[in-house]
Amino acid sequence: MTVTAIGAAVRRKEDHRFITGKGQYTDDINRPGQTHAYFLRSPHAHANLKKIDLSKAKHMPGVVAIYTGDDVAADKIGGLICGWMIHSKDGTPMRAGPHPILAQGKVRYVGDHVAVVIAETLSQAKDAAEAIVVDYEVLPAVVEAGKAQAKGAPQVHTEAPANTVYDWHIGDKAATEAAFKAAKHVTKLDIVNNRLVPNAMEPRAAIGEYDAGNDALTLYTTSQNPHVARLVLSAFIGIAPEHKLRVIAPDVGGGFGSKIFIYAEETVCVWAARKCGRPVKWTADRTEEFLCVAHGRDHVTRAELAIDADGKITGLRAKTIANMGAYLSTFASSVPTYLYATLLSGQYAIPNIYAEVDAVYTNTAPVDAYRGAGRPEATFVVERLVEAAAREIGMDPAAFRRRNFITKFPHQTPVIMTYDCGDYKASLAKAMEMADVKGFGKRRREAARRGKLRGLGYSTYIEACGIAPSQAVGSLGAGVGLWESAEVRVNPVGTVEILTGSHSHGQGHETTFAQLVSSRLGISIDNVSIVHGDTDKVQFGMGTYGSRSGAVGMSAISKALDKIEAKAKKVAAHVLEAAEADIDFKDGKFTVKGTDKSVDFGTVALNAYIAHKFNPQELEPGLKEGSFYDPTNFTFPAGCHICEIEVDQETGVARIVKWTAVDDFGNVINPMIVEGQVHGGIAQGVGQALLEGTVYTADGQLVTASYMDYAMPRAHDLPSFEVGMTVTPCPSNPLGIKGCGEAGAIAAPAAVINALTDALGTEDVPMPATPQALWSVIAKQSKAAIAAE
Amino acid sequence: MPTVTLTVNGRSVTADVDSRTLLVQMLRETLHLTGTHVGCDTSQCGACVVHVDGKAVKSCTTLAVQCEGATVVTIEGLAQDGKLHPMQEAFREHHGLQCGFCTPGMIMSAVDIVNRKGIVDEATIREELEGNICRCTGYHNIVRAVEAGAKAMVSGTPVRQAAE
Repeated sequence: MTVTAIGAAVRRKEDHRFITGKGQYTDDINRPGQTHAYFLRSPHAHANLKKIDLSKAKHMPGVVAIYTGDDVAADKIGGLICGWMIHSKDGTPMRAGPHPILAQGKVRYVGDHVAVVIAETLSQAKDAAEAIVVDYEVLPAVVEAGKAQAKGAPQVHTEAPANTVYDWHIGDKAATEAAFKAAKHVTKLDIVNNRLVPNAMEPRAAIGEYDAGNDALTLYTTSQNPHVARLVLSAFIGIAPEHKLRVIAPDVGGGFGSKIFIYAEETVCVWAARKCGRPVKWTADRTEEFLCVAHGRDHVTRAELAIDADGKITGLRAKTIANMGAYLSTFASSVPTYLYATLLSGQYAIPNIYAEVDAVYTNTAPVDAYRGAGRPEATFVVERLVEAAAREIGMDPAAFRRRNFITKFPHQTPVIMTYDCGDYKASLAKAMEMADVKGFGKRRREAARRGKLRGLGYSTYIEACGIAPSQAVGSLGAGVGLWESAEVRVNPVGTVEILTGSHSHGQGHETTFAQLVSSRLGISIDNVSIVHGDTDKVQFGMGTYGSRSGAVGMSAISKALDKIEAKAKKVAAHVLEAAEADIDFKDGKFTVKGTDKSVDFGTVALNAYIAHKFNPQELEPGLKEGSFYDPTNFTFPAGCHICEIEVDQETGVARIVKWTAVDDFGNVINPMIVEGQVHGGIAQGVGQALLEGTVYTADGQLVTASYMDYAMPRAHDLPSFEVGMTVTPCPSNPLGIKGCGEAGAIAAPAAVINALTDALGTEDVPMPATPQALWSVIAKQSKAAIAAE
Repeated sequence: MPTVTLTVNGRSVTADVDSRTLLVQMLRETLHLTGTHVGCDTSQCGACVVHVDGKAVKSCTTLAVQCEGATVVTIEGLAQDGKLHPMQEAFREHHGLQCGFCTPGMIMSAVDIVNRKGIVDEATIREELEGNICRCTGYHNIVRAVEAGAKAMVSGTPVRQAAE
């Protein structure tokens, strides 16, 4: 039997089913008597729904039922909620408009849900949807964050005057103003963080099923947090009480945040299943995903950095307008506030920070957390400012960073966070060496001879992972606690089932979690199974996002394993006829101190269930323990990514020639999996920097609604990555883990744009830096150069 | 309703299908071979790649009736006699997958690349994988996997040794 150590790059247990086509994603599931749902969606960004005529559609072949917002209202089914309360500067609560699961009276973005057709086949449902006649009174629309608050702008919700959901601030305004007044130099940037579509490869899907015998409902869905989905559907939307609703999230094909949220479609499926008495299945096509999945980012920011005569940063201020789309998605309100502005200190000792955020409604798809959620936006602001400031004051960007790095921990920033540990100089130094920064000048000259502009860009990012503790997030407005649960069930033969409230959608938990158990109990990872994603099996949990499954989820498992070990020692003491205090446990064996008497874990497990050797009045039979673990702080992964890029002057095409990443994730359980997470994150960040942009026309039509119009990074768009690590173990959880899932997506955009601004010699590079955009920058520079001559 | 007869993973199958039925629908819905996935509606993502008469095709833009008499191999038919195909081994060994959703299409494309080109270098692999999108891995490990899988397919040596 092989024990797998923490730190081993063991191959993944879950892979066999994926590489043989035996994975089971929601759309692979079919239920007896199943019907198919198709949503009729609004073709207008903003319109009053004057009349919906179903008379023809109802009689189309195969139609089982058609429902509209009137049916939802008649059944008293509530709207979707936003679970994080933010207050405006004046103390008033955020102004959220209603978010019905099927539109009532008005549609607010292209793709909004007008009606659902349920039919025997999907084709029949689509055919019938074509026959629905809707009388829309089209209204003017607003799509850009920067225009939403303008006088006379169309109003998305009457509840939010000037389309302002909240105007929020953080930090000390007066002290920051004073710092700027006293500054030797001020760097100013206007920054647009482009809107992204998460694009998990598996489109969202759902099946609702009603068991009339037990008056119970089951929802199969593509969710990153099935328990919270059940809680929201039960307690707020009123679909069924929690004990009558089972939510199952089977294999999930990627999420990146977009599958945290509770959506209209899955809610409709489970509601309609009871209403029409048959299972209702819906699977998004890609265009529906583009239209209706929660988008990410979309900030417009004015940012400034104050610097003194010694090259020390003395202040940072930012004014951001965040586009929330047409409705507030489940956690949308927290993203541009507590997940964004609280990281505006970056890796730097900045004594004065003040940030203002206006969240605005527009006639676009709702925006919510996408890989990194707020942290990428913050890092982009800080790292663009720092790079630009270094150039403006004539300092080397690396030296400027070093001069301003936080070096003493714990460090209290002016914006809530207390960084627990880190060694920012170490990761910068290692990355510079791996990237051969010293040799860059030579490479740049060589590139110039080939007619290419070569640039080098740094991004020394920080993120806050494992959002916690519950008390703290509660005080900031969160509607849920952010602990995690684990149950360890040891079977009589010594095999182990771990039930966890976190959820895997590609992160490899079945392997990593089993590795932890293997190393702790001295059993093979093949003897460990991980159970997640089913509310009937796992009692409760908070799901997976914000890189919380390692730091919070595995810590919960670790705590439960402590209890298992303690009880198993008691059982072993009886088996070995020794005092409990004399029992040691190591490498899967219980031994009696100072003797050669021992018993293995499996035998102890069996004896715990046979229970012949001990008095059940003193010790309960069985071996099963649980833990609810609430961390004491966020974790703060940080690192340095360096991008080297070449731009073709003739075409504007940018090619990344080298990518170096050095990250500090604290202790690492499986380096192979961790590196894989970094790779994926970089690809998404590079996608944002060079390719991906969500484009709405002024009247709210989404013109990037397929992979033919929205450029996704493909294999030839990316280089191979040089990945290294430094380790400062996290002091705020028992395993010393920080989290790794979002690092690449947070670090990459600033690294790319900083490299491009270096290559082109101007700070005026937009994101995404498409060939056309870069070509325009180069052409503008050439014109200016000619005019100057 | 037209009747279609195909050989799928070595088994002859006949089905009555709606004339607009796509090959991927027939595989998933009629034959319950759900390893082949649908990731987009424009044939851009490649999650649906299968082999038809020995060539990689996107089954989401192929009508089932176009495949009358054809031999189709899906991800479920790649392993032989309970032994994984070297490309499947290579994806596992080199961590060329995370969520696994694009993986079947990715593996079927990779096998096709090697069938056509033999042992391939990184630049060729990146170019040839143009029709397959992965959102999880950043392609880094997929490229490593295809390199190793190619060597194993061509030389017949197992992936674990070939990788070392």
